[in-house]
Amino acid sequence: MIIALDFVLRLALWIALAPLLPGIINKVKAWVAGRRGPPVLQLYFDLARLWRKGVVLSDLASPAFLAASAVGWVAIAAATTLLPVGPAGASLSFQGDFILLIYCLALARFCTVWAAMETGSAFEGMGSAREVSYAVLAEATLIAAVLALCVQTRSLSLPGMLAPATGAGAILLAGGLFIVLLAENCRVPFDDPNTHLELTMIHEVMVLDHSGPPLAVILHGASMKLLLFALLLTQAVLPTGHLAPAWAGVAIGAGVLAVTVGVGLVESLLARFAFRRVPLLLTMAFLLCLFALLIAWKGGAA
Amino acid sequence: MNETLNLLVGMAMGLNLLALGSGRLPTLIRTVALQGMTLGIMPLLIEPRFEWPVVLVSFATVVGKGWIIPSLLRRAMRTANIDREIEPFIGFVPSLLLGAGGTIAAVALSRALPLLPEHAGSMLVPGALASVLTGFVLLIGRTKAISQVCGYLILENGIYLFGLLLIQATPLLVDAGILLDVTVGVFVIGIIVDRIQRAFDSLDTRKLTVLRE
Repeated sequence: MIIALDFVLRLALWIALAPLLPGIINKVKAWVAGRRGPPVLQLYFDLARLWRKGVVLSDLASPAFLAASAVGWVAIAAATTLLPVGPAGASLSFQGDFILLIYCLALARFCTVWAAMETGSAFEGMGSAREVSYAVLAEATLIAAVLALCVQTRSLSLPGMLAPATGAGAILLAGGLFIVLLAENCRVPFDDPNTHLELTMIHEVMVLDHSGPPLAVILHGASMKLLLFALLLTQAVLPTGHLAPAWAGVAIGAGVLAVTVGVGLVESLLARFAFRRVPLLLTMAFLLCLFALLIAWKGGAA
Repeated sequence: MNETLNLLVGMAMGLNLLALGSGRLPTLIRTVALQGMTLGIMPLLIEPRFEWPVVLVSFATVVGKGWIIPSLLRRAMRTANIDREIEPFIGFVPSLLLGAGGTIAAVALSRALPLLPEHAGSMLVPGALASVLTGFVLLIGRTKAISQVCGYLILENGIYLFGLLLIQATPLLVDAGILLDVTVGVFVIGIIVDRIQRAFDSLDTRKLTVLRE
C-alpha cells in the first residue's frame, strides 16, 4: 500500500514539475533578448487551455492517431519511474533497467512518428524522416554514455550507475550528454521550437495536425522528457552519492537549473545549424561519449 | 607530473579530432596552433631539472608553432584571398570516424609495442600514432593546399611527440633544427600558395594535375 502510494506520489511530482523547465528556458531567452517574456508558468496555462478544447481529426487518421499520443506519454512517464533522483532513488530499479529506459524513450518517439504519418501530410512525413535519422545518432550516443557509466561503476542498474563520481571522463560525458539533450528535445542547434516554417521544422512539424488534448499530452510529454534528460545529465556528472541526502537534493536541483539555463543560453546565442552540419555535431557527441567509455575502460584496467 | 603530461597528450588527441571536424580554415589553423603550443610545454614537464636549453627550445616551440606558423598561414590565406570553407574529399563525418578509430586503435595497440618500461604508462606513444594518422587523413582527404599544410603540421606534431620519448638521448639542437625546418617550410609554402593562386585562380590541388604553359 505504502509502496503504491509512494509510486503515485513520485509520478505526480514528475508530472507537476516538468512543465516548469520550458518556462525557465523561455524566461532565460527573453532575459537575454531584453524582453520581459512569458510567465514561467505559461506552459501550465497552455496545457489547461488545450485540455478544454475540442479535437480536429483528419479524415485519413485512424484511431491510432489518438492512441499514439497517449501511448507516447505513458512511455515517457514509465521512463521517469526508472530514473533515480539522488538520495530518493527510483520507483523501480532492477538489473539492466537502463535498457528499458532507452527503449521507453524510443517507443515514445515511434508513437510521435506514427501519429505524424497517420495524418497523411507530406510535411509531417518529412519531419518524421528527419527526427528518426537524427535519433539514430543520438541513441548511439546515449548508449555509449550509459555504457561508459556502466564500465566506470561496474553496476547494471541506474541507481548504482548514477550515484558515484564519474572521474576523468565526466567532462566528456557532460559534453556528449548535453548535445544529446539538445538533439532529443529538439532544441536550437538541431531544431527551433519557435519556428513556423514547415520546411525547416522537425518536432514541431510532426505535431502540426494535433489539436486539443492530444497536443496537450504531447507537449507535456516533451517537457517530461526534457526534465528526464536534465536529471540524467546532472546525476551522471555530479558525485551526488558522497553527499548528505539534503545536500545531494540541493546539488541536483541546482544542476538541473544550470542545465536548463544552459539550454536557454545556447538557444539565445546560437543559430540553428544547417542540416548537413547536424550529423557532424552528433558524431562529435558520440565520440565524446566513446572516449569517456575508453577512459573508464582504461582506468578500470590500470 | 606524469598525470599532467597524459592530460596534455589527451588534449592534443582531442584537438586532432577537432581539426578533422572543423569546416573552416581559420578554425583549423587555430586548432593546429593550439596543438603546437600544447606540445611545446611538454619538454618542461618531462625534464625533471630546470635547464636553460630545454626552456629555450620549449619557448621557441610555443612561439614558433603557436604564433609564427599560424600567422604565416593566415597571411598566405589573406593574400591568396581564398574561400574559407574547406571542401573535403573524405567527408567530415567519415574522417572524424577514421580519426577516432585510429586514436582508439593507437591506445589499444600501443600496449603490444615493445616499449621501455618507463614509457609503458605514458600516453606519448598512442598520442604520437594518433597524430600521425590524423595528419595522413587531413593530407589525403582535403583539397585546399592550406588545409593540407595543416595536415602536414599535425603529422609533424606526431613525430615530435615520438621524439619526446628520446629527449634525454638526442641533443636539443636537433629539436631546434626541426622547428626551424618546419617554419621555413611553412614560409615557403605560403609563397607557393600565392603562386598557385595566381597561376590557377584556385587553391584546389585537384587542378594541379592539368599541365599549363
